[in-house]
Amino acid sequence: MSGGVDSSVAAYLMKQRGFDCIGVTMKLFSGGEIGCSRAKTCCSLEDVEDARSVAYRMGIPYYVFNFTEDFGRQVIDRFVAAYENGATPNPCIDCNRYLKFERLYRRAAELGCDTVATGHYARIEKQGDRYLLKKASDESKDQSYVLYAMTQEQLAHTAFPCGALRKTQTRQIAEEQGFLNAEKPDSQDICFVPDGDYAAFIRRYTGKSYPDGPFVTTQGTIVGRHRGIIHYTVGQRKGLGVSSDRPLYVQSIDAAKNTVVLGEDRELFGTEVTAVNFNWIAFETPPDVLRARAKIRYRHREQWATVEVTGENTVHLVFDAPQRAVTRGQAVVLYDGDTVLGGGEIV
Amino acid sequence: MMIYADNAATTKMSSTAIRAMLPYMDQVYGNPSSLHTAGQQAAEALQSARERIAVCLGCQPREIYFTSGGSEADNQALISAAKIGERKGKKHIISTAFEHHAVLHTLQGLEKQGFEVELLPVGEAGTVTAQQVADAIRDDTCLVSVMYANNEIGSVLPVGEIGKVCRERGVVFHTDAVQAAGHLPIDVREQCIDLLSLSAHKFHGPKGIGVLYARQGLTLTTLIAGGAQERGKRAGTENIPAIMGMAAALEEACAHMENNARAVSALRDKLIAGLSKIPHSALNGDPVHRLPGNVSFCFEGIEGESLLLLLDAKGICASSGSACTSGSLDPSHVLLAIGRPHEVAHGSLRLSLCHWNTEEEVDEMLRVIPQVVEYLRNMSPMWKDQKSGKRTFVL
Repeated sequence: MSGGVDSSVAAYLMKQRGFDCIGVTMKLFSGGEIGCSRAKTCCSLEDVEDARSVAYRMGIPYYVFNFTEDFGRQVIDRFVAAYENGATPNPCIDCNRYLKFERLYRRAAELGCDTVATGHYARIEKQGDRYLLKKASDESKDQSYVLYAMTQEQLAHTAFPCGALRKTQTRQIAEEQGFLNAEKPDSQDICFVPDGDYAAFIRRYTGKSYPDGPFVTTQGTIVGRHRGIIHYTVGQRKGLGVSSDRPLYVQSIDAAKNTVVLGEDRELFGTEVTAVNFNWIAFETPPDVLRARAKIRYRHREQWATVEVTGENTVHLVFDAPQRAVTRGQAVVLYDGDTVLGGGEIV
Repeated sequence: MMIYADNAATTKMSSTAIRAMLPYMDQVYGNPSSLHTAGQQAAEALQSARERIAVCLGCQPREIYFTSGGSEADNQALISAAKIGERKGKKHIISTAFEHHAVLHTLQGLEKQGFEVELLPVGEAGTVTAQQVADAIRDDTCLVSVMYANNEIGSVLPVGEIGKVCRERGVVFHTDAVQAAGHLPIDVREQCIDLLSLSAHKFHGPKGIGVLYARQGLTLTTLIAGGAQERGKRAGTENIPAIMGMAAALEEACAHMENNARAVSALRDKLIAGLSKIPHSALNGDPVHRLPGNVSFCFEGIEGESLLLLLDAKGICASSGSACTSGSLDPSHVLLAIGRPHEVAHGSLRLSLCHWNTEEEVDEMLRVIPQVVEYLRNMSPMWKDQKSGKRTFVL
C-alpha cells in the first residue's frame, strides 16, 4: 500500500472478497539516502500515515517493511548502471520484478499469506495450466507493460483487484469508503527522483561526476559539447544547447567513446529491435516466428511486428512500419490483443 | 495471553505512579506560575517532586530540569556543553558509535556547525573503557557523552570510571541514562557526572516526561524559549501530573532496585541460556555487564521483521533493531557497531523484561521462539544456501 488511491482500493476489494488481509507499505529508500529532503516521494512518512489510516479504517493489520537495501541493490544500482552505459532504464519494471513480486511475496509467504495484491491496472487470467497477464479493462490506465517480467509462479500468487475497474470507479470506491486519499493525484515520474532531475540524482547517489564530451552528428561532424552522457536519452531534443539550422535529436549514446550522436527527426525511425532477458508469459515454449503487436515504451501504442525467437531468452523483431526512437534499456512487450505474450529488454 | 517483553521500548505504568498523578488532574490543577492558592499548591508539588528525584540521583533539586523526555534532555545536554566549549575555543566532542539517535543525530547537527565529533569504537562486547576515553581526550575536548547502558544490546558501561577521567581532565561528562535510571544505581556526585538524561516511561512512569540533570554552575542553553519555567531554561507550563508520576515511579524503582534486579536477571539468564541452544545464534552485548532485563540475540538466516510479526501473532511482544517513525526497521547501527555483518544484524531479536514478567512467560518464550526461528529458516533462501554449503555461516 503506497498510501495512494489504487492500492487502498485494492486492499478494500480483497477484504470484500473475503480474504484475510495484511496491509503493507514497502519502505524503499530514505530521503537522506537519495539526497532529497523533500519527502514528496512514494514511501514518505505522510504516505505511510495515509496507508495506515486506510488499513486501520478497514480493520486490517498494517506493517511497514524496510526493503531499502534490496531496492538500492536491485533497482537503483541497475538504474544508475543503465544510464552510465548510455541506456534509458525503466526502474518500475525492476521494482515489480525484484521487490513487489519477489521480495514482498517471500515476506508474505513467511507470514502465512498466499497472495500479494497490488493496485496495478492489469488482469491475471488462468487459461488451461497457464496464467496469462492481460491489459487492464481501462486501457488508458493499463500497466501490463511494466509487469511483463512476472513468472508463472508469481502470477499464480498475485491479484490485481483494480484491473477490472476504471479509474473513476476506483476513486468512487475510495470516496464511498471515506479513504482520506480519494483525491490524491496519481503518482508521477520515478518515485525516488521526485523532482524529475534524474541526472542530479545519479550524481548525488554515486558521488561521481560525469565528464562532458562531444556531440557528433550522424555525418560525423562535431557540433558541440554534451554535459555527460547520463543527461541524455534517445529522441531527446530539449536541453541540448546546440544551435543548428534544423532541429537535432539524440540518435544514440556511445558510453565507451563518451559521445552523444545527434541527427534529424526522420533518422530516429527504425524497424528492428533486439531484446534480451526475454520472459515469455503466454507460452511454455514460444513458436520460432510469430506475428504480434509490440510496444517499445510505456507510452507507445503497440504496433504490428514479426518476431523471431533467436535464443532461449532473446528475440529479434521487425516492425511493419518504422517506429520512432527505439531506445536501449527500455522494454519491448508483445501483445496478442489484450494478452501479454512476453517481454524483454531492448539492447 | 499476551507476554510483554519490550520494556526497553516502554513500560506499563505502575499503579503507584498512576495514583500519584490523578490528584494533579482534577484537584491540584493550578499553574505553578500562578500567584493564587491553586497555583501555589501546584508549585509546592513541583518542588517536592524535584527534591525527591534529586535524592534518587544524588544531586541538588536545583540541578534537576524537567523536559519532555530523554530525547529533549539529550539534545539540551549536548548543545549546552558544546556552546560552553565553543566559548572557550574547544570544539572536540567524544562519544560512542552506538549511542541512541537522540545523541548521534544531535552530534551530527553539531558537526555541521563546525564541531569535531569522535565516536569511539565499542568492540564486540559493546562497551568502551575509561582508558579509551582518556586516550581520546585532547586539550580542545569540550564534551564526553557516553551512554550508561545500551538500549538494544544491554551493555552497561563504566560511567563512574569514565566520569572520573573526565573530571580529572576538566572535560564535561554527559551520560544518556535512559535505560539505566530506575534499574541501576546512579549517584551523580560519586560518578562525576555533569549532565544526565532520563525518561520516566522506561521505569513504569508516564510518557512524555523526563529529566535533565545539570551540575550546578553548568549553564544550559535554552532550546524552548518562552516563559521562565525551569529557571528560564525550558519554557512551557510544567506537566505536573506527569512530573508527579515520574517522581513516584523513580522512587519506587529505586526502593526496589536490588530485589527487582535480582529477580529479573534470573529470568534474563534463563532466557539467554535457552536461546543460546539455537544453532547459529549469538548473544549480543556484554554477557556480564548487562542490564538486568535485556536479552538480545542474532539468529542467522532470518529477518527480524518476520520474526517479530510471527511472535506477535503468538502473543509475544518483542523488538528488533531500532524502530523508526514509519514503524519499519532499519538495520541497527548498534549491531553494526559491535561488528555484526549486515545480513546477521537483520536477524536480531530483543526481549526486555521487567519484574512483572514471570517464569511461565519465559518458559513459553523458550517454547515458541525456537519454533518460529526454525520455521523461518526453513523458508529462507539464505539459510538454504548456508545449509547446502553454498554460503558460509557467520555465527
